[in-house]
Amino acid sequence: MSRNLILGAMLSSLVVLAALVSFVWTPFDYTAMNIPGKLQTPNATHWLGTDHFGRDMFSMIMVGARTSIAVALVAVGIGMGLGVPLGLAAAARKGSWLDELIMRGNDLVFAFPSLVIAILITAVFGAGAINAIIAIGIFNIPVFARITRGAALSLWEREFIMAARVAGKSATRISFEHILPNVLNLLIVQGTIQFSLGILAEAALSYVGLGAQPPTPSWGRMLADSQTMVSFAPHLALIPGCAIIVTVLGLNLMGDGLRDWLDPRLRVARA
Amino acid sequence: MLRYSLKRLLSLVISLAVASLVIFFVIEVAPGDPASFMLGINAQPDTVAALRSELGLDQSKVERYLSWVGGMLQGDFGTSYTYRSPVSTMVADRLWVSLPLAIYALALSTLIAFPAGIYAAARRGKAGDMAVMGATQLGVAVPNFWFAMMLVLIFAINLRWFGAGGFPGWDKGVWAGIHALTLPAIALALPQAAILARVMRSALLDILGEDFMRTARAKGLSRRQALWRHGVRNALIPVLTIIGLQFSFLLAGSIIIEQVFYLPGLGRLVFQAISSRDLIVVESVVMLLVFAVITVNFLVDLAYAAVDPRLRSRT
Amino acid sequence: MSLLEISNLSLSIRDFEVLKGVSLSVAPGEIVAVTGESGSGKSMTALAVMQLLPEHSRTSGRLTLDGTDLLNTNEPAMCAIRGRSVGMVFQEPMTALNPVRTIGDQVMETILIHKAMPPDQARQRAAEVLDRVGLPADRFPLSRYPHELSGGQRQRVVIAMAIALQPKLLIADEPTTALDVTTQAQILDLLKGLVREMGMGLLMITHDLAVVADMADRIVVMRHGEVVETGATRALLADMKHPYTRMLFAASGHRVDLPAAPAPEPLLRVDKAVRDYRLPRTRLFTAPGHFRAVKGVSFTLNRGERLGLVGESGCGKSTLTRAILGLEPLQGGAITLDGEPVFSGTRPNLAVRRKMQVVFQDPFGSFNPRHRVDRLITEPFHLLDNPPTGTARAEAIAEALTAVGLKPEDAGKYIHQFSGGQRQRIAIARALIIRPELILFDEAVSALDVSVRAQILDLLADLCRAYNLTYLFISHDLSVVRTVTDRVLVMQAGEIVEQGETEAVFSAPQHPYTRSLIDAAPVLPDPAALKKA
Repeated sequence: MSRNLILGAMLSSLVVLAALVSFVWTPFDYTAMNIPGKLQTPNATHWLGTDHFGRDMFSMIMVGARTSIAVALVAVGIGMGLGVPLGLAAAARKGSWLDELIMRGNDLVFAFPSLVIAILITAVFGAGAINAIIAIGIFNIPVFARITRGAALSLWEREFIMAARVAGKSATRISFEHILPNVLNLLIVQGTIQFSLGILAEAALSYVGLGAQPPTPSWGRMLADSQTMVSFAPHLALIPGCAIIVTVLGLNLMGDGLRDWLDPRLRVARA
Repeated sequence: MLRYSLKRLLSLVISLAVASLVIFFVIEVAPGDPASFMLGINAQPDTVAALRSELGLDQSKVERYLSWVGGMLQGDFGTSYTYRSPVSTMVADRLWVSLPLAIYALALSTLIAFPAGIYAAARRGKAGDMAVMGATQLGVAVPNFWFAMMLVLIFAINLRWFGAGGFPGWDKGVWAGIHALTLPAIALALPQAAILARVMRSALLDILGEDFMRTARAKGLSRRQALWRHGVRNALIPVLTIIGLQFSFLLAGSIIIEQVFYLPGLGRLVFQAISSRDLIVVESVVMLLVFAVITVNFLVDLAYAAVDPRLRSRT
Repeated sequence: MSLLEISNLSLSIRDFEVLKGVSLSVAPGEIVAVTGESGSGKSMTALAVMQLLPEHSRTSGRLTLDGTDLLNTNEPAMCAIRGRSVGMVFQEPMTALNPVRTIGDQVMETILIHKAMPPDQARQRAAEVLDRVGLPADRFPLSRYPHELSGGQRQRVVIAMAIALQPKLLIADEPTTALDVTTQAQILDLLKGLVREMGMGLLMITHDLAVVADMADRIVVMRHGEVVETGATRALLADMKHPYTRMLFAASGHRVDLPAAPAPEPLLRVDKAVRDYRLPRTRLFTAPGHFRAVKGVSFTLNRGERLGLVGESGCGKSTLTRAILGLEPLQGGAITLDGEPVFSGTRPNLAVRRKMQVVFQDPFGSFNPRHRVDRLITEPFHLLDNPPTGTARAEAIAEALTAVGLKPEDAGKYIHQFSGGQRQRIAIARALIIRPELILFDEAVSALDVSVRAQILDLLADLCRAYNLTYLFISHDLSVVRTVTDRVLVMQAGEIVEQGETEAVFSAPQHPYTRSLIDAAPVLPDPAALKKA
């Protein structure tokens, strides 16, 4: 195991731990306002200071981790859950109308960046964390479909798949018995990367007000709130920013490390 | 080559048609009637009906879709529900901020990423490579809007080299415009450059393992000559794919970055339109963004053919 | 005085000793062939001369080219030598050329990089060289891209690049291994002609002893990084001193004893089979074109018969194989096994499929790396209505593994724990386990070293005796087909141009294509005859 993997896993589990612990314990109630004690810089009582309403930053960061992880995780789940079967099906019926339909559908979804999907959904149904999940999730589908199809296609050319066909196994059975286990490593690595991109996307959507709505704390929202105060209270912007960077960096390092560890020949498209 | 381009063009038209259908029908399911929303709750039913027919809301869905698409083809994007002014002029004004910003950022990102990626690949495993890879690892993790806030804090508030935001308009001179867009462009470009540099490096490293690189060395080319003459052009094929994808990220990113710098671009327009439920503006801006992404991917396809002779003759 | 002088050359990559005290020499105008099985270090010897060794390589000994000590030459000086004093030709012509640059550019580059001529003169020289290697400018303009040429033509471009500056030494690493026999014969002729014309030394690396015997003035036999025997070709062949050399030659010409085939009783009938592939659309609104890979092929395979199918790449033999297995539908004609169609309606006929099994070429790619041997070889049980379970299954596995010369305990291992030859045995076990009536061998011994190949061929003969096998043996290698089949079909461009008793076809071919195939195939000389001469 490489240094990257260990460091990445440590950083990521730190964030996950913070999110889990926040369910049972935070230093302060993250909604409790304390106007006289507002805009404190980090100190012994408030480890990361307080915001413009005097709320404890450390508690808000912990609960914010929850939002970020939940949104990104579900979005990756949507992407994998729909994208992987689509990719397997497209590869199993290479060149057929089904393959063509799936791939053209993919191209179409690629033309809608997740922000654009979020704008559309918000315009129609109003803002909320669910929108962010759906928007990021939809954008993840073609990513997983494409990478699964690419890897599956090269496996279909291999002779062991031919041997399974000679043994009379159906395309569906071959896809799940032989293809899926052999592309799993690739999917795990890509999943880690999409997870980190999901964290970034969630932050951006909440920043522009298309994600989680108050009072649910989210890192992007905290950054948006800090914007007018950044000149005299820079810690309001620095702390959520660093939380995002640590999480994304940790996940990316873990992804790189996993790729090297699981299979050095593995190639993952990073987009 | 011509046949290839025509084929790509056809698929561009089909993609645009399907995308417009999707957008139209998503907006169509939105609850509420724009005419009553515009006139407020106290409006008389007959005034609402008059406005409905003025806006064309009394026509069938198919008719409305066709007239929307037909209008767009002639540059008519309809009338804003809230401002009662043509959407096309509103969008055009904003586009002159957003589009230059995205292109500026794309240029910066490419200019930074190519040398960095090639440098790192040429020094694989050495200190220079490690430094570039470390920097890009960090660059990939930084959210661009947060980076933008930090740039404002350092270069606008503390050093006062740039204004903290706003846009003087192109009529105040090209230079003033570029100056105002520089910090936003850097904020957009650096995280994307980090990704692009990594792609460039790994594409080059893949190519270095190819048989034809060994052939080149057997001809007497040095490692560096082989990298430049045979590696870079082949590596462009995967790199172009990423550049095409990145354009959509940059466009989406520019909408967000506009919020940091208070730039009067498409982002501001669309967020105002969302809060006032001005759906026709949202619809037009979304269509425009999707049009831009699809068009850029078409251009990338053409660029592939320029780089890769195999594509030119295959179709 | 020798042109290339290697003495006591040792090479290790990380901690692995690749070459151990190798000595050989090449004189101007001389063809020296280095031969041996995989892992013998023959290719590394070639790369050591070019100083293009992998990272972490350490060398010792002496390696001089025309008096220059190459082991102590720095990299810039080596760049000046490569391409100018030594040229090199590689094994894989399909990937040895840069796909995005024209062939003219790539040949010119050799000249320009050494600043040997001004650009317009270099262009003219490139045209001359391409013309000399058989690619005249009127049919193959300099502006062609590699993907527009066949494998043999690409190999000519690679040769043109290597000889553009008339180097003193040419190194050819398996230059014809990836090519068809007829193309191979042409490329070998070209190389011989160039050596004679330019007075170059040629260091040729090849595993094919028939090619060696045909081409070389001197032979160097290597094994495990050491030279085991070296000498002038005729003398060495007439009197092989080292047992390894003798084994290598014996294995190359290995013949097996097949039991007599029983009385003819048709098993597989292929009747006017036609297989079309749809080509990608070239115009938008016209129907896509078709490529006819198999053009109305008919033949019968009798029970207990061993039938060969030979042909060059692209002749349609793989397509025909897939059609027989029922993996792809036919567009015309019929294929029946025991009177039943292999493909009924739109889906393969599983009742027929269970009477057929196949063994593929690639011993590395034909197994799922994540499954154990027992699971791998029982995959065909899927075809049975009541597959054996428990002890019956274990017994079937043990029997199949024992039949192919492995141990029952091997069932619990993963495929990466086996060598190439053992994997091919496992592939045969997988084919045998449901006792099919017909086995297809699709280039099943083509990827193996000669000594391993000989063992697998012996195994086939043993299995024929034990199980009365019926098989279709598909191969491009004429010498192998000649020994393991009773009857042979010769396929060219989707048609069967000749068929008959194997010995009869080989000794008196009727069709001109069969004759050209047999003439092009290099043959091992008979050592006894050499001794007498």
